[in-house]
Amino acid sequence: MAKRIDVTDLNVYYGSFKAVEGVSMTVEPRSVTAFIGPSGCGKSTFLRTLNRMHEVIPGGRVEGKVMLDDQDLYASSMDPVTVRRTVGMVFQRPNPFPTMSIYDNVAAGLRLNGVKNKKTLDGIVEQSLKGANLWTEVKDRLSKPGAGLSGGQQQRLCIARAIAVQPQVLLMDEPCSALDPISTLAIEDLVNELKNDFTIVIVTHNMQQAARVSDRTAFFNLKATGEPGRLVEIDDTTRIFNNPTEQATEDYISGRFG
Amino acid sequence: MSTATDRRAPDDKVVPGETSTPPGGRSGRDALSEMSNPHRARAVKDVVAKVVMWAAFVLAVVPLVWILGTVVAKGFHMLTTATWWTGNQRNINSDDFGGGARHAIEGTLQMVGFTALIAVPIGILTAVYLVEYGRGHLARTISFTVDILSGVPSIVAALFIYAVWVTAFGFSRSGFAAALALVLLMIPVIVRSTEEMLKLVPNELREAAYALGVPKWATVVKIVLRTAFSGIVTGVLLGIARVMGETAPLLILAPYTKNFQRDLFNGNFPTLPMMINQDRGDFALATAAERMWGAALTLILLVLLLNVIGRVIAHFGAVKK
Repeated sequence: MAKRIDVTDLNVYYGSFKAVEGVSMTVEPRSVTAFIGPSGCGKSTFLRTLNRMHEVIPGGRVEGKVMLDDQDLYASSMDPVTVRRTVGMVFQRPNPFPTMSIYDNVAAGLRLNGVKNKKTLDGIVEQSLKGANLWTEVKDRLSKPGAGLSGGQQQRLCIARAIAVQPQVLLMDEPCSALDPISTLAIEDLVNELKNDFTIVIVTHNMQQAARVSDRTAFFNLKATGEPGRLVEIDDTTRIFNNPTEQATEDYISGRFG
Repeated sequence: MSTATDRRAPDDKVVPGETSTPPGGRSGRDALSEMSNPHRARAVKDVVAKVVMWAAFVLAVVPLVWILGTVVAKGFHMLTTATWWTGNQRNINSDDFGGGARHAIEGTLQMVGFTALIAVPIGILTAVYLVEYGRGHLARTISFTVDILSGVPSIVAALFIYAVWVTAFGFSRSGFAAALALVLLMIPVIVRSTEEMLKLVPNELREAAYALGVPKWATVVKIVLRTAFSGIVTGVLLGIARVMGETAPLLILAPYTKNFQRDLFNGNFPTLPMMINQDRGDFALATAAERMWGAALTLILLVLLLNVIGRVIAHFGAVKK
């Protein structure tokens, strides 16, 4: 169920502005890869290119190659909608659909793509909520609005919604930045379990979090404001945090800048 | 408001070579008494603002209450007569008492319903295009056109339809022709209100749907329109209320009849504003005047009823917390 991502020499543009330059990396299946780096260095932008979500913003485009196993995500025959069904995403702020119940939120991705069978939906909703460690908390109030849950529960609801469409890869864009430490811990535990089934890429501003949850860590930076962001290095998390190759990484990790 | 700060500023500035005022030297008392002044000034401003706002509120409400009071006082009697809700004005002269308004009520509802049937889909789809799809030249042109349309006086809209429908195409005047003019007046109201409601839908919801692999059209229909539903309903009702009492297009395009007339496409057409206008002509006669007030109250009640219905629909479709 999980796939490898291979990125070769990727540039990301918004209009004529080059936001990210020359990124090449491999993301292993069934592992957690964390992106760290200062604000505005292009981590989130690069993350969004992995499921073509950057195209939602007018003028967003890329040069380079992103392969999901042997599929080219940017091949001209590739439909962005198909890409997003394969590569799911969880956002910074929990964003359950406000008009929908907890059940409908989880079922949304399937229903909107035409799955109607009640039994199938029931099964997947339960399985996804269990997968997101939310089932025991909400199983008695599935018909209540999703927006009525706490922030941490809403974020797990969004994770359940994302895994309900059974993607190969799960992208998480600072999923804990709007949450308290307890909810953060719950999400981190969840990430640890989810990596058994999915390839996970997580953007975080919290370096302890990167150290706790990820197998590999990529450090992004930009030379100066106005310059495009770039990948400084990617390596095993233990190596990045203990003995990074690049001086810039060490400076950032040890808090000397950023 | 800033006087206190300004006054203190020179004291607080530390000039090199000089010592600043030692703490406790000039003492906290001056500071305190200085502070109480702006507080009093604030209290005064607060009172002034309160008075002004209440005055504005009363000024806005007085005419409303006055109109409602007059119309209810003078027209209510008419609504309690047996024939008002069932009959029409056939064979009832200006100096005859009573008669019914059913022909006009039905006519108004039928005409406005027909107007909404055409204007609501066009208006909502235009707004969806402008907010969700429109970029660049075409969208700007459409938006500008809607702006112009919303500034068109109703009599101009009526004359335009007259020129096209009656003069150029050679059709006769009818309820349908009036409805066409009302469509022109209703579309910009619907477009603008729907646009505002669609813009209120957070972008995160659209992104959440895209990230689930939902195509754009499904996102717009099932997420965006669904989330904005109750606001859109309110906008539609505003549009209906706007055209329901519109009279100029009726004067020009839909001549009044005292009879039941359910054919929108041929012949004269009864409506409440035209009934009011008819009886206004013989206002000196108590019988006609009473009918006029009755018809006015009926029209107000009709708008009110539609608003209540809309509120109920909006309530059940609203975003639940």
